[in-house]
Amino acid sequence: MYTASDLRKGLKVIIDDEPYIVTLFEFSKPGKGQALYRTKLRNMITGLTIDRTFREGDTFEPASLEERAMQYLYKEGDHYYFMDNETYEQIMISEESLGEAKNFLTENLNVEILLFRDRPIGVELPNFVNLRVVKTETWVKGDTSKTDYKPATVETGYELRVPPFIEEGELITIDTRTGEFSKRVKE
Amino acid sequence: MAKSGPLAKREKVLWGRARILQGTRQFFIEKGYLEVETPHRIPLPAPESHIDAIPSGSWFLHPSPELCMKRMMAAGYEKIFQICRCWRDRERGSQHLPEFTLLEWYRADADYLGLMKECEEFIQSVATFIGLGENIFFRGHEIDLNPPWERISVQEAFQHGSQFSMAEALERNLFDEIMVQEIEPRLGVERPTFIYDYPTERGALARPKPEDPSVSERFELYIGGLELANGFSELVDPEEQRRRFHHENEYRQSVGKWVYAMPEKFLSELNQMPPSAGVAFGVDRLVMVFWDAKTIDEVVAFTQEEL
Repeated sequence: MYTASDLRKGLKVIIDDEPYIVTLFEFSKPGKGQALYRTKLRNMITGLTIDRTFREGDTFEPASLEERAMQYLYKEGDHYYFMDNETYEQIMISEESLGEAKNFLTENLNVEILLFRDRPIGVELPNFVNLRVVKTETWVKGDTSKTDYKPATVETGYELRVPPFIEEGELITIDTRTGEFSKRVKE
Repeated sequence: MAKSGPLAKREKVLWGRARILQGTRQFFIEKGYLEVETPHRIPLPAPESHIDAIPSGSWFLHPSPELCMKRMMAAGYEKIFQICRCWRDRERGSQHLPEFTLLEWYRADADYLGLMKECEEFIQSVATFIGLGENIFFRGHEIDLNPPWERISVQEAFQHGSQFSMAEALERNLFDEIMVQEIEPRLGVERPTFIYDYPTERGALARPKPEDPSVSERFELYIGGLELANGFSELVDPEEQRRRFHHENEYRQSVGKWVYAMPEKFLSELNQMPPSAGVAFGVDRLVMVFWDAKTIDEVVAFTQEEL
């Protein structure tokens, strides 16, 4: 159990039955008045941020999130299936809760699944993943008018911009934190 | 030796801080105040709803030197000031340190209006002493220090700055929230601002206003939205003071806080105290204002986390 004076940036607490992380915290105390704890909190399921002011004496349950190492298996409709590396148990996450992570999932990719009360609420990806380019314009050598990055689509359907020398069928590394091209993979 | 690290980087502001302390002493000494030192470790703090003292053995580190200094006033000292460390449990934020430096002064035959004026003179005098002009820059505001400074009552501040009146805010138990979120940030941004006449329950040691006893003769000084000082006409009626302390303790008990025994020596001498007024002034915050510091951490040699 936490009280308001335990609030700190990064603390994970349960509010209205949902897990939140404190993203901004400020202690204030008007002269002779009571201590007030002003916070910004991000809902760890929906990603939405709320402002809340707490008083001394307010209490919270810690939001204990479990992280489990899993492997991505396959997709069926809007559902993505993962397997627990230890128990071989399979779980399903909806496309909606995956968010941006769905762009970077390839078969057998090792990820960390975040669970809140046994409910999967998010995926932590490796910082870099390799994905194959399935569609992009061909670059004509010597065409100096096209030195800018060009659009490309990778095997997951994700679209990004790549350097002009990248061709269809090539494997590239993408930074999952920014979603941007990182480098070409030599095969 | 090459100087590096956060402590070395503070050298300039610590020189400035020392000059501010020198300017402070010079101002009060020239005005005929006696500098006093009262014990930091005391048997009992004044019972106040929202101020928690830090225990030290079976005694406490003082949250302010108020009780001892008032006993000196009751003994016949007429103008006294003190610069000392004070401790308040669990007060930590960008503008709060649980151990901080307080300037406190008391004057006999004065009321809160007189001390508002003395605050104006004091800050101007220190600004001149450290070589600043009539305008200072703080938190993106250019603030004009020329008197008279803005004076608005708490009631007016709620009328202009909130959808609730002061009475409604008290009734809905939202007084502190509205003060912090809606009113304070706009106080003292062009000139320093005094807000005065607080609800009586927000000033356990202040004198009720004779023409309206629902408010106390208490003021706070703000510069650039930052609260710097709290002053009031002192309550010198021992019976009324005892009732107020009991009331504060009732609140403390209701929220599960430590209940403090009555400071009997103080209460027994209070009827000797002449009509007086006193101010508690945050020295660290004055340094913040003059140095345009964003946080209180920037103006001290060590914060508790750095020990």
